[in-house]
Amino acid sequence: MMKRHVQYSANTVIKHIVLCLLCIIYMIPPYSLVLAAFRPGRDLLRYGITLQTLIPVGLNFSTVKGLYTIRDGIYFIWFKNSLMLMVVQTILALFFSSFVAYGLSLYRFKGRKIVTTMVIFLMLVPIQILILPLYKLMITISLINTFWGVFLPMVVSPFAIFFFKQYVDGIPRDLIDAGRVDGLNEFAIFFRIAVPIMPPAFSAMAIFMSMQSWNNFLWPLIVLRSGNKFTLPIGLNTLLTPYGSAYDLLLIGALAATLPIIIVFVFFQRYFIAGLTSGGVKG
Amino acid sequence: MKLKQTIGTSRITPYVFIFPFIASFLIFYLYPIISTFIMGFQLVYPGQVEFIGLENYRRLNNPEFKVALKNSFRYTVYTIALLIPIPLLLSVWLNSGNKSINTIYRSILYVPTLISVVVAGTIMRLLFASSNRSIANTIAIALNAEPRQWLLAGSSQAMVLLLILALWRWVGVNIIYFLSGLQTIPDELYEAADIDGASPLQKLWRITIPLVRSTTIFVTTISIFGGLAMFEESYILWSGTASPNNVGLTIVGYLYKKGFQEGEMGMTSAIGIVLLFIVFTLNSSFLKIFGFFDTEGRR
Repeated sequence: MMKRHVQYSANTVIKHIVLCLLCIIYMIPPYSLVLAAFRPGRDLLRYGITLQTLIPVGLNFSTVKGLYTIRDGIYFIWFKNSLMLMVVQTILALFFSSFVAYGLSLYRFKGRKIVTTMVIFLMLVPIQILILPLYKLMITISLINTFWGVFLPMVVSPFAIFFFKQYVDGIPRDLIDAGRVDGLNEFAIFFRIAVPIMPPAFSAMAIFMSMQSWNNFLWPLIVLRSGNKFTLPIGLNTLLTPYGSAYDLLLIGALAATLPIIIVFVFFQRYFIAGLTSGGVKG
Repeated sequence: MKLKQTIGTSRITPYVFIFPFIASFLIFYLYPIISTFIMGFQLVYPGQVEFIGLENYRRLNNPEFKVALKNSFRYTVYTIALLIPIPLLLSVWLNSGNKSINTIYRSILYVPTLISVVVAGTIMRLLFASSNRSIANTIAIALNAEPRQWLLAGSSQAMVLLLILALWRWVGVNIIYFLSGLQTIPDELYEAADIDGASPLQKLWRITIPLVRSTTIFVTTISIFGGLAMFEESYILWSGTASPNNVGLTIVGYLYKKGFQEGEMGMTSAIGIVLLFIVFTLNSSFLKIFGFFDTEGRR
């Protein structure tokens, strides 16, 4: 008995040592970002991130000015574009996905099984293979270099439909029937009965969708052509080249693009995690 | 009469609800898939097309595409080999003991997921910069190894960089998946095992691993998908699709290069179809073997 107890605490000690070390290693890149953002770009270009970079002395906070001065403050246009796209895309995706999911979950109709299977199937189609025909389609319908072109293909998300469907499956049918007895039509039942009892699902998906939009790279890279239409990731990417990157703006810009998400994460942690788990797997 | 009316409306209502999906499916999925399939058999010039049968697929039999295939497959296999056991073991740890400390660990490991690939790749490039003073080379020198030009050093170094990036970015997410799987295992099983005097290793092997099977299947599926479709990481690390000796070239990288840099529509489509075929065959046979599609039937 005694021996087991000792072994148990030894395990616990090992566990905490390993996890602490791992957490330290995992924080190196974000920590480097914070400190490197306040260092002169030419040093970074020449040496990369060095031990000296990581010692928090001699920080030069005037790099923040780069956000305003470099290319006439185009950074704020990118920021605004990203923000706008995120809000529009998230709201539309939440509405359409929950709407479709509700229909799929609640009604028994011809073709329901096929549509449900299609939703699952589409979660397995890598969107990357469709970029060329989608790009040609965007040219045909004149949506290239527009924000519409960026978010329209994303507003009906198979993943979000799947997620919401799991949730709607759990709504007691009596509630819906009560609405019918009260004489509400089916859409009013959705808006006035179903939506108001789904805030946890909406918050989880809102976080998930807005993060996806904020960090989306490949598709906006293809659709957006002119600098003042760029989103943050696309704009920051233009500062990276094989021959010498504009680290002055790149790092302070990257920091300013990352910080808001991390702050939101600290406050709404629970929803980040709910968005991942309840949709993905059931035990 | 009232009842009849309700049923009457209900007959069309479901289709109104699913209409957005049908429309988006037709426009943004079905049409592109069909047009990719057709273009795969064509030589596409601006304004005219010519049917050339399987020629585009034959032209994929080239060294560059083989490198891309090899890189993508190696990356997928390695990420699965790393990103399933490690998060599984960590989540077992995080599922027991002090809850608030565990939450802190879990949150820290999750932070990398929030950072965009552009930012993550940039920091990676700077940490692994070529100068002798960069963090990676400082460590290399401290370990008595040669400093390297990591990004230019060759295909195994390139793979190591990509895997470090993947480990950093995705361990936190997979931990969350496994934790949610672990929470469905009843405590009584472990208590019974304790009474029988089972060692931690036996509990892991006999109880935990079999019972998180569906989580493991799910994580494997998304890893196959994500691994074979990987592109952005390599695009950022090597500033585009031109890495030295194609050490960072992936299937999607090759697709992007052919389609958007060389304008080879037909060949690009052929690559897309090949990728779709690979991902779909692997995933659907995998899921079928493990019976994941049954969820609908059980309801």
